[in-house]
Amino acid sequence: MSKSDRPLSPHLSIYRWPITMTLSILHRATGVAMSLGFVVLVAWLFDAASGEESYATFVEAMGSTIGGLMLIGWSFAFFFHLSNGVRHLFWDTGRGFEKQQANASAWFVLVAATVLTAGFWMMLP
Amino acid sequence: MNLRAPLGRVLGLGTAKDGTSHWWGQRVSAIALLLLGLWFVISLTTMSDFGHAEVVAAIERPVNGILLLLLTVTMAYHSYLGIQVVIEDYVHAPGVKVLALILSRFTHVVLVTAAVFAILKIGLST
Repeated sequence: MSKSDRPLSPHLSIYRWPITMTLSILHRATGVAMSLGFVVLVAWLFDAASGEESYATFVEAMGSTIGGLMLIGWSFAFFFHLSNGVRHLFWDTGRGFEKQQANASAWFVLVAATVLTAGFWMMLP
Repeated sequence: MNLRAPLGRVLGLGTAKDGTSHWWGQRVSAIALLLLGLWFVISLTTMSDFGHAEVVAAIERPVNGILLLLLTVTMAYHSYLGIQVVIEDYVHAPGVKVLALILSRFTHVVLVTAAVFAILKIGLST
């Protein structure tokens, strides 16, 4: 193989990571995270059905610092996956694929997910 | 000249053997979860607190029980479809892939059965 001086494409060293790629991988990551969160949702229902004692154990586990952080993470995952899911459903109609549109909707989803998560925790009892 | 058999053309399933059913199932469950999910988080914000008595009283209400059943069943289905794609994308060894897919399906069925059992137990206990 002879080495050529022709440039490689994409130019990996000067490649700017686009926001749309962040959202793409976040959509999958939040989906997987919520699949794990589904276990906790089922545990919540199951412990509630099993009686006060099991329910108290669940509340204690989720009331810990780690439990609280996980709940915040899952709530963000939920609102992000929901907002970006709407973006995907909109794309399914064949619209919104222009570069500026995709970038704008990406930032809109990020802001919406953050605002919804914050609003949710402020409205919780 | 079309080399596809008439039966294959009628079924329209293509080389993956399941046609657009995976894609379509994911989208339809996504629309359902958009509504059910919003109902769920709004319901959480209207709770007075998350003590045992309050949570059981909320699940006991038939409307809440039915919507929770729909939420957990649809969520398990949507989650299974998503995890299936993740496994197919990242696990390449055929044996491990099939094992992971079976394990995922078993796990989802067990989880949704536990959820349905718990909701019905609370809802039908009175």
